[in-house]
Amino acid sequence: MTSEPLLRVTGLEKMYGTRVGCRDVSFELWPGEVLAVVGESGSGKTTLLNTLSTRLAATAGRAEYLMRDGVWRNLFDLSEAERRLLMRTDWGFVHQNPADGLRMTVSAGANVGERLMAVGERHYGRIRSTAVDWLTRVEIAADRVDDEPRRFSGGMRQRLQIARNLVTHPRLVFMDEPTGGLDVSVQARLLDLLRGLVSDLGISVILVTHDLAVARLLSHRMMVMKDGLVVETGLTDRVLDDPREPYTQLLVSSILMV
Amino acid sequence: MSARAYNFAYLDEQTKRMIRRALLKAVAIPGYQVPFASREMPMPYGWGTGGVQVTAAVIGPDDVLKVIDQGADDTTNAVSIRAFFAKVAEVKTTTRTAEATLIQTRHRIPEHPLTSGQILVYQVPIPEPLRFLEPRETETRTMHALSEYGLMHVKLYEDIARHGHIATTYAYPVKVEGRYLMDPSPIPKFDNPKMHRSPALQLFGAGREKRIYAIPPFTEVVSLDFDDHPFTVQEFGAPCALCGAEGVYLDEVVLDDKGGHMFVCSDTDFCEDRRAQGFGPQVTEAAE
Amino acid sequence: MAATLPSLSLSGVSKSFTMHLQGGIVLPVVRNVGFEVHPGECAVLSGPSGVGKSSLLKMAYGNYAVEAGAIRIRHLGEMVDIATASPRTILEVRRDSLGYVTQFLRVVPRVSALDVVAEPLVARGTEVETARARSRDLLARLNLPERLWSLPPATFSGGEQQRVNIARGFITDHPVLLLDEPTASLDARNRQVVIDMIGEKKAAGVALLGIFHDEDVRDRVADRLIDVALFAPEKAA
Repeated sequence: MTSEPLLRVTGLEKMYGTRVGCRDVSFELWPGEVLAVVGESGSGKTTLLNTLSTRLAATAGRAEYLMRDGVWRNLFDLSEAERRLLMRTDWGFVHQNPADGLRMTVSAGANVGERLMAVGERHYGRIRSTAVDWLTRVEIAADRVDDEPRRFSGGMRQRLQIARNLVTHPRLVFMDEPTGGLDVSVQARLLDLLRGLVSDLGISVILVTHDLAVARLLSHRMMVMKDGLVVETGLTDRVLDDPREPYTQLLVSSILMV
Repeated sequence: MSARAYNFAYLDEQTKRMIRRALLKAVAIPGYQVPFASREMPMPYGWGTGGVQVTAAVIGPDDVLKVIDQGADDTTNAVSIRAFFAKVAEVKTTTRTAEATLIQTRHRIPEHPLTSGQILVYQVPIPEPLRFLEPRETETRTMHALSEYGLMHVKLYEDIARHGHIATTYAYPVKVEGRYLMDPSPIPKFDNPKMHRSPALQLFGAGREKRIYAIPPFTEVVSLDFDDHPFTVQEFGAPCALCGAEGVYLDEVVLDDKGGHMFVCSDTDFCEDRRAQGFGPQVTEAAE
Repeated sequence: MAATLPSLSLSGVSKSFTMHLQGGIVLPVVRNVGFEVHPGECAVLSGPSGVGKSSLLKMAYGNYAVEAGAIRIRHLGEMVDIATASPRTILEVRRDSLGYVTQFLRVVPRVSALDVVAEPLVARGTEVETARARSRDLLARLNLPERLWSLPPATFSGGEQQRVNIARGFITDHPVLLLDEPTASLDARNRQVVIDMIGEKKAAGVALLGIFHDEDVRDRVADRLIDVALFAPEKAA
C-alpha cells in the first residue's frame, strides 16, 4: 500500500468578495481513491473542484500535491507554466458538457492525440495508433478515428473526452457531473466504463455530482457540502446508508429508490 | 499635387519611430509578434498596409526598392506600391533582386539568393499561426509565452489523417530560433527553407492585425513536421517552359480555352534574367 | 472456549439513530454489546426482528457508524477497530480480511454475474482468468444455470441474485465473514449447498457471524447463539 497521499488540502477557502464559495475544507486524497463531493446547486462543490484544479485562485488555505518527481508542492504556489503542464499531463478534467473539453472541429484521433503532441510526441504513426487504442478502450469503433466529435452522440462525446484525458495516464482526474447530460441507459454504460478505467489505471478522482447513485457506484469516500462547508464525510456506503447530519439525511431521503 | 505635400516615405517621423521601436523589439526576440499602432494607409487592408508601413519606417533616400506580388514585379499591387514609394520617398526602384536593398513581398521569396545587407519585408494577413485552432487571443498569447505548441501539430496531424500527407502548402508554420512558433505569411512552403539562416534581415508587417515580427540574419527557421512525415518542399515535374530552370517555384499559365497550359517561373525577374543570359526551354522537353 | 485469539471482537458497542427529519427523535438500537468470535466458529445472532441484528452486522462491516465502543477485526495479524478506522483502512480490511453476504445484491450495470463474483479476488490481485475459473466453480456448485453467467444479474430472480451474492461473498479466503440471511430465498437443495460451504469455511478457520431466520439452517451451522435482545437499550439501562 502506498504510504503517502497524493493531495493534502488544509483550510481551503474561496470567497467571491464577501460571499462564500467554499470554506474550511480539509481532506487527503490517496492514490487510487475516488472521492465524491455531493451537494445541491450552490453548495460550493463546483467551486471546490475549480479551486483545487487551479482554475480558480483560492483565497486561503493550502492544497499540497505530490508531484511525479516525489516533491510536495502547494498548488497555489505553482507558476502558470507548471499548472498548465500538470493540467495536460498528470491531471485530467472531465467536463459535464463534452464540448467544453473537446475540440469539436478536429478529428477524434487528434482530440486524443493532442496531449501526446503537447508533451513532444512527434511520430504520427505512434500518435494515431495510441489514439485508436484509446478509442477502443472507451468503446468507440476504430473506424471513427477520423470523424469529428460533432458527428458523435452525447455518450460517445463524453467517452471521447475521457479518452482524451486519460491518454497521458494522469494520476488525478477532476470530474464535474460526468454523466449529467446523458440518458439513463447511456449513463449506466459510461459509469461502468469509468469504474473499470479508474480501477484498472489506479487513478485518483475528485468527482463532483448531485447524483447519489453515481457517487455510490464510483466513489470510495464521500464529502457532503452545504453552503460552502463540508457537513459530513466518510466511507461512501456509510454516509448513504447511515447519514448522521440533518442535511445528509435530507439529501439521502430525497432520492428515488430504484 | 507634389510629393512635397507628404513627409518622406508618407508616414510622419513619430509614427516611423514607433514602428522602428517595434521592429527593434521584433529583431531582438526573433519570431515574437510585437503589437504596434498600425496607421490608416492610402490603400485597403489586405493590399499590404502592414508591409508598406514597415517599408516606410526603414526606407532611406539611398535605398533601392523592389516590390513583388506572387513573385511578379508587374502585377497591380506590386506596381502601385513601387510607384507609391517612388513618389513619396523619391527612391530608386528596380525589378532586379540583386540590385535591391529593400524588397517588399507578398507571397514569395525571390529565387535569387538574398545577401547580407538586404531587407525583405513581408506583407502578412494573419500573423497568428494558432488562430484557426484557438480563437482566443488571450489563450494563444499564453501558449506563445509558455512555448505550448502541441496544438500546431494537431493541425498537421489532421492534414495527414485527411490527405495522407501534410497538405498545408503555404503559410506553413515554422519554429524560429528554437523558441517562437511563427506564421511565415502565405508564401509557398517551397520558400520556407530560404528563410533558414538567410543573410538578409526579414521583417513581417500585419496592418489589420497590428503586429510586427522579424527574423534577424542567420537565424534558425525550422518547418514543423513529424518524424515519420518529414517536411518536404513541392517538386515540379518539368522545368520552366520559358527559361528551363529547375528547382524553382513554377506557376501554371493557361494558354487557351482548350486545356493548353504551361509551367513558368513564378519569379519573373529570375526568369527574365536567365533568358537574357541565353537560357531557354529545355530541348528534350520540347519534343511533344 | 477455544484457546485461540478472537478474529472478531465487540466491546461496549452502542448505536442509536437520530432522525433529524422527524424532529430529532432518537431511536436507540443496541447498548453495550460485547462478544467475540473465534477462528473456525460460526456465531449466530438471534432475537426477534427489529432487535438490531442487521444493524450489528452493518456496524461490523463499517456500513453503519458506531456510536460508542469498539469492533475489532483481525487484519494482517493485527486487530483493527472498525469503529474508529479511517475509510481507507476500512476499505483495506474489507478487501483483505472482511467479507459480507447481504440479502440483496447491489447490481452494477453491465457487469456479468461471472465477473461480479470474481471481482473481490481480482481486487486482491488475483489474475482475472484464475478468478473467473473460481467464480465458475462456485456458480456451478450453487446451481446457477450456466446460460446466466455471462449476463448482468439485474434481471435475475431473487434466488438467482442471492446465489450470485453468496458466491461473491464466499470466493475469497477472508478470515472474517458476515452473513445476513444468506439462505432466505433459496430452495432446499441450494440451502444445503450453502450449509456445506459454511462448514468448509469453519474448517478453514474462518470466523463467521450470521443471521439465520430459518431455524433448521441455524441449528445446523451455529456453534453458538448470541441473543441480541440482551443488548436492548432498555434492558441494559
